Order: sequence, then C-alpha cells, then structure tokens
Amino acid sequence: MVSITINGREIKTDQEDITLLQLARSEGIGIPTLCFHKALLPYGACRLCVVEVTGGQNTKIVNSCAYPVREDGISVQTNTPKLKQIRKNILEFLLARCPEIDMVKKMASGLGVKEKRLPEKSLPEDQTEECILCGLCVRVCGEVIGKEAISFVHRGAEREVAAPFYSQSKDCVGCTACHFVCPTGAIKVKESGNKRFISPWNTEITLVTCEMCGISFAPENSGEYLQAKLGLPAEWLKLCPQCRRKVAAETMGKYDFTSRNVILKK
Amino acid sequence: MMKMTSPAELEKYRSSILEGIDSGRPSVSVCCGTGCSASGALEVVSAFERLLEEKGIQANINTKITGCHGFCEQGPLVLLSPGNRLYCKVTEEDVDDIIEETLLANRVVERLLFVDPVTGEKIEKEEEIPFYKKQLRLIFGDNGKMVPTDIRDYLSLGGYSALAKVLKGMGPQEVIQEIKNSRLRGRGGAGFPTGLKWESCDKAEGDIKYVICNADEGDPGCFQDRSLLEGNPHLVLEGMIIGAYAVGASQGYIYVRNEYPLAVKNFSTALEQAREMGLLGENILGSDFSFNIKVVRGGGAFVCGESSALITSIEGRIGEPRYKFVHAAEKGLWDRPTVLNNVKTWAAVPLIINRGAEWFSEIGTEQSKGTMIFSLTGKVNNTGLVEVPMGISLRELIFEIGGGILEGRKFKAVQTGGPSGGCIPEGLLNLPLDFEKLAEVGSMVGSGGMIVMDETTCMVDVAKYFLSFTQEESCGKCVPCREGGEHMLKILERITRGEGEERDLELLKEISDTMQCASLCALGKLAPNPVLTTLKYFPEEYLAHIKDKKCSAGVCKELIEYLIDPEACTGCGRCLKACPTGAISGEKEAVHILDQEQCIKCGNCMEVCRFDAVSVE
Repeated sequence: MVSITINGREIKTDQEDITLLQLARSEGIGIPTLCFHKALLPYGACRLCVVEVTGGQNTKIVNSCAYPVREDGISVQTNTPKLKQIRKNILEFLLARCPEIDMVKKMASGLGVKEKRLPEKSLPEDQTEECILCGLCVRVCGEVIGKEAISFVHRGAEREVAAPFYSQSKDCVGCTACHFVCPTGAIKVKESGNKRFISPWNTEITLVTCEMCGISFAPENSGEYLQAKLGLPAEWLKLCPQCRRKVAAETMGKYDFTSRNVILKK
Repeated sequence: MMKMTSPAELEKYRSSILEGIDSGRPSVSVCCGTGCSASGALEVVSAFERLLEEKGIQANINTKITGCHGFCEQGPLVLLSPGNRLYCKVTEEDVDDIIEETLLANRVVERLLFVDPVTGEKIEKEEEIPFYKKQLRLIFGDNGKMVPTDIRDYLSLGGYSALAKVLKGMGPQEVIQEIKNSRLRGRGGAGFPTGLKWESCDKAEGDIKYVICNADEGDPGCFQDRSLLEGNPHLVLEGMIIGAYAVGASQGYIYVRNEYPLAVKNFSTALEQAREMGLLGENILGSDFSFNIKVVRGGGAFVCGESSALITSIEGRIGEPRYKFVHAAEKGLWDRPTVLNNVKTWAAVPLIINRGAEWFSEIGTEQSKGTMIFSLTGKVNNTGLVEVPMGISLRELIFEIGGGILEGRKFKAVQTGGPSGGCIPEGLLNLPLDFEKLAEVGSMVGSGGMIVMDETTCMVDVAKYFLSFTQEESCGKCVPCREGGEHMLKILERITRGEGEERDLELLKEISDTMQCASLCALGKLAPNPVLTTLKYFPEEYLAHIKDKKCSAGVCKELIEYLIDPEACTGCGRCLKACPTGAISGEKEAVHILDQEQCIKCGNCMEVCRFDAVSVE
C-alpha cells in the first residue's frame, strides 16, 4: 500500500504499476493530456500532464502519464502557477502550429491563451497543418493492431507521420484505427465504391463486396490478418455485418461447430 | 597469441614482454590519431620506415604509430626518446633530418620545436611545454606511449593488471564498494555517481544484465572519447570487463558513431586480441566469469548520446528518448538491468582498481573527484585535448594551458559542456571547474567541450548557433523541445537581423523556462542554456541588436557595414579582385569605393587588405 497526497488530499493505492495520471483521474482529479490513451502505453510527448512531485526537500516536474506511484509519502500538485504557465506555453506552441484546429483552439483558450504571441508555422499557401504529432496513430497501429504501417519520419521541426516512403503502405490493413484515435481530425478516410482512401498515408484499400447484398464493407487485406488473429471462419468475412446477422438468424441451429462453418444459403 | 588461463599466467607473460624491451634503444612515436593523420602523419610514418630501411638501421630504432597525444593543433607530432623530445608540425621532408640529427647524433632539430606563443621561447621536452605542464594525464597519458593495436604494448604498461587483481581476489561487492569509495562520477555529462549506478544494477532482479559503453560523442568540437578509443582501446575495454564482473553482466555493447572509423577499427581489434588472450569471452582468465562485447555503430543522431535513446537505438528502433522514472540500472536494454557509462568513465575504472579509491578521491574537489578531459578549442593559442584535475580554474586552463587568446585579443567568454552548455564571462574566470560550480553559473561540465571566444564573437550569434544545432538534432518527440526551440530560434534570427523587439527577451526567458521544466529529455532541458547565459551575462549585446540595431562584434550581417578608409586605401586593387559581387570599384592607385547596395558582407575585402583600410561598423 502506497499513500500519497494529490493537491493536499490523501490517496491510498495498492495497485501496482498505476501511474499518477491514472490515480488522479480515478479520484476525479482532472489533468489535461493530448497524447495519452488508455488503450496505449504512456508516451510522454505532449507534456501537458506535467505535475509537481515533492519528496523530502526536492520538487521535480514530471509527466504524470508515465510516473509510477511507488514512493510512499510524496506530495503531488497538479495545478500550480508554474504548471499552468507550462501548459499555456505548450498550447501556444500547438496553436502556432495548428491555428485552424478547433480542438487546439478550444483547449488553448481553456488553458488561458489569450493573445497570439508566436508566429504561425509557415506552410505553402494551400496547406494547413492539422497534425500535433501526439503519436496516437503510430502507437495504435503498432501496439493494438500489431501492424506498424505508419511511422514517424524525419526529426525536430521536420518530424511528421507517414507510410514508408510516403507511398501506399504494404502493411496497412485499412482498419482506420488511426483515424479513430486522432484527436484533431488530421487523418481523413474517404470511401467510394469498393475503395477506401486514407489520405495522409497515400494508401488505397480495396473493400470486400458482400456476396449477398453487394455492398462494399470491409478492407480486403484485413481479411486474412483478422482471420488469423481472431480465428474467424473464412466465409464469415465474405458477408457484410447485416447479411451476416440475417444468415445467422436464418441458419440458427445449422452452424457446424466442428468445422466452424456456416452453411450458406445460395 | 596464447590464451591465458589464470591471472598468474598473465603476469608471467607480462614479465616476458618487459624483459624483451630494450629501454635504452631510441624510439620514435608518431601520433596517428585522426587529427595528426589528417595533417599528414601517415606520410611521416612511411618516410620513417623507408629512410630507416635505406640507412639499414631499422633494427636499432623502435618506430611506433600511436594514438592521439592531445596537442592536435601542432600535429603531426613526433615524440622521440630518450629525452622525450617533441617535434611539432612534422612533414615528410623533416624525417631525414630527425634521423640524422636527433636519432643518430643526439642533436635537436631547432625548427621543429614548439614555440611558446606567449614568450616566443623554443621548448624541447614534451613535459615542459605549458600545454602539457599543468595537465594531469592519468587516463590520457598512455596514449602517446603505445601502439593501440598491439595488446603487448598495453600489457607492458600494466594493462589488464586491474582485471587480474579483481579476478584474483576481489568479489563483485568489493569492486562496487571500491568504485563507490573513489566517488567517481559519470563523465558523460550528468555526473551521476558511478558506484551507485553499479550498485542498483547489481541489486536489480534479473538473470541477464548488460553493460554499455556510450561512445556516441556528438558535441561539435569534442573528440576526447574518439581519441581514447583510437589511442587506448584496451583501457576502456578493461574498465567494461571489470564493470560487467561487478554487476554480473554477461553481455556488453559499445555504441560508437560510425563517423569514427578508426575508433571502431581499433576497438574491434582490441576485442579480438582480448578474446584470443582469454581476457574476454568464456571463462575469463580461467575464472567462471564469462562476458562478451558487441560493437554497435550509431547513425550519427546527436540525441542517441542520450542514454534512453541510445538503448532504444541498440534495440533496433528509432533512437528517441523515453521517460526514465525507472532507471536503466533496473530496466534498461530490452528491459533488463543495464549499466550505461561514458568512455571516460569506463577508462577510469582500471586506474581506480590498480591505485585505489583513496588515491583517486584525493584528486579533484569536494564533490567532483579525479580528472576530466576537455576539448579546448576556439580563439586560444594552444588547442587540443587537455586532461586536468577537477577544480582547476578556467583561467589556468585558458591562459596557462591554452596559452591565452589568439593574436593577443581580449577574452570575452568561454562556452563549456558542448552545445547545451552555457557561456561564462570574464568575471567568472576564477571559477573552479567541477560539476556543481559550472551548474551554478548556468553551464555544465557536459562531455567536456570548451570553446573560447574573444571580442570578435557576437554572443547573440553564438546563442543562435548553438540553438540551431540543438534544434537540428532535436528528435521532435516532445512539444517543448520541438516547437519551443523552433520559436526561440526564430526570435534569435529576428534579433540578429535587427528586427527584434524588447519584449522578445522576456519571451525567450519564458520559453526557455518551459523547455527546461517540461522537456522529455536532457537535450530539450539543456538546449536553452546558451541563450539564458548570454542573456544573463551579456544583456547589453542583445539590447544593442534590438535598440541600436548594432552588432559590436561585427558578425551579424544585417547590422554591419564594411567601410573603406580613403586615407588608408592605396588603390592596390586586392579588395576589388576579391569582391565576389563587384561591389568595389576604383582605378588603380586611386581610392576604392564600396557600394553598400551590392555588398553581401562576406568580409573578403577586409581579409585581403594589407593596409587595414577596410573596417567593419
């Protein structure tokens, strides 16, 4: 059992591997984050979740998303003037980078950014920057989907996320998890006919057409991957979810459990 | 080479090497470190080999190709014994004279002696040259005495006796205690107590442990790690083997920049030789301790010198730092307990084991023990690598060892600790060099960079230069370093263009504070140091750029003008020919005119003028 105080309130935990952020949030203490996601490992890139940790005579500023709660008696402050200043500066940086993004604008004004003191990132006329480089897309692809179809490229101010060599990613299964976790809407997915296009990755995915109703519904190349990963019956992936349900209802009791095949009605 | 199966056997072999050495025989040591090689040392070596053979005396004279002696500016260096005479800037053509005069007739070749820039005096012996006189060359001293690719040379100087001592009768705990007692601190920059690091790794649970040597030296102008690996690779290797024994590691890695081909080559040769002799590999010196080392070559990213980024890079992933709330000693390479130390830290280990913790801890200051190797560069007379006891003052280092400022100009500042160190002004020159004192004034020991600046250096430009380096090398993972640094750089660029405003200075301080407090790794945390220290110690220069639109050092192009003094101009035409844009006009022997519209402020005219007629304002 470890006992600490957060903003003066005493909190006890016996959970091993719990981080300060998790503990604070579970106690209803809000700490802003941009690069944290509960399904992913802590990354520590946005630095919004910084808190002040005091143990003995020393106070240090750490990112709470990754800081393990294991020292008994430490006292944590989550909203001191210093921390507010840091968060405000970070949002000023992000606002200068992505001035058009509503989410960034809202967060910036919420964290006290009143005037624009920094010049906006210079880009070619017809372009706007939408990515804050939180890395959620890269990490969800690697850690959850297990694919690593996209990655960070270049470094420093040139850093961006891309598919290998900026062209069609061979590893992309078209799952669009990256689009789902993106906090700024920078990852755009368009569908037309049996094609799905994920714009920042220059990646085009062919969708499977339902054998029964003829609509396009799921990425073709994810079929095999999911089948192997989840052990799904091959026929199952040839039908769209609606038709699948329909078949399931109609074939109730006709499912062959040994071969795990549904006897399809032609 | 024979495999040694016990410490006693190693000692016996050492005795046989020592017996074979004829100490009376004249010897020639040619420095072939990267610096001297670049200025022609390899040609000097072949001239020696050729001429000694032609004269039929090659059997009477020892020729050694050694590693870096540190005084690179005076290279190629040739050291002759008996007498310990040092010849500087030796060329192929000098070799015949050296053989005839010095080696055969024991006379000095006057023109090759070092000339003291302060007194103008010629100095014969290496140890009497001011550059060497004040140094305490514990780690670096053997570089000039041995052929780095010959393990027998290292053995003849007492090499691997520390390892033998450890394996003969010191338990791992005893070794750790000895290192703790010596109070050795990490030489990579952070100064973490080495003994404590080893102890936590030793205590950490896990059957597989690693040791790593950080040889990813990336600071501009720093080359002490390279010179050690090139000139005395076995010393570093011996330190690593002892460290592995102490913490119970079975595998080691050395992460060295691929831009250091000679270091990679010499260290790899050392590994092979040590393996052949049973000093590395299975059952070292017949004991039950086994340990091996792999060389990993880095791709040249500055941030990979940061421990967590280095570890990630060895693991085969993008070299980016990660948060270190759990130390590498507990969870490092592949999440196993890992000790990562700098080249110079490992190199200090055999010395401490051999001569004792007490001896080591008597050198240096209260908090910082031992010696430190600095790369002394910039506007000083004697540049090169210097090893000095911790606690020496900046003044001694710059004015005695360094021989003062070039061309008698005025000292302005010294930047210590590499691109993320601070600039220290004249008022603090008596500061004793150690980890704490340098940190107190906003700088750091870092990996030992030391760049001296004189009155021709613009401090705003310096801050801009170092920040542009750290920005270029930022991995871009965390927001404060990537975005904050970029904004700071933009502000500094504006100021040096004469477009700065006074409120920019406050903004610089504010962004610096956020970077220092909130960046993920030391690169971002320390990057504002050059800006903050120049703002603190040279505020008037910033204000002159902002308010008066003047750069008093004459560096910032947008704020200066080159002028031709009609009184002094003789109309010789040199500047006219040197001007790349045709901005200078004038008949022969008539006063030349400089058209400011066309001038690109390259400074060529000022450089070529023989009559001091061109000035900068």
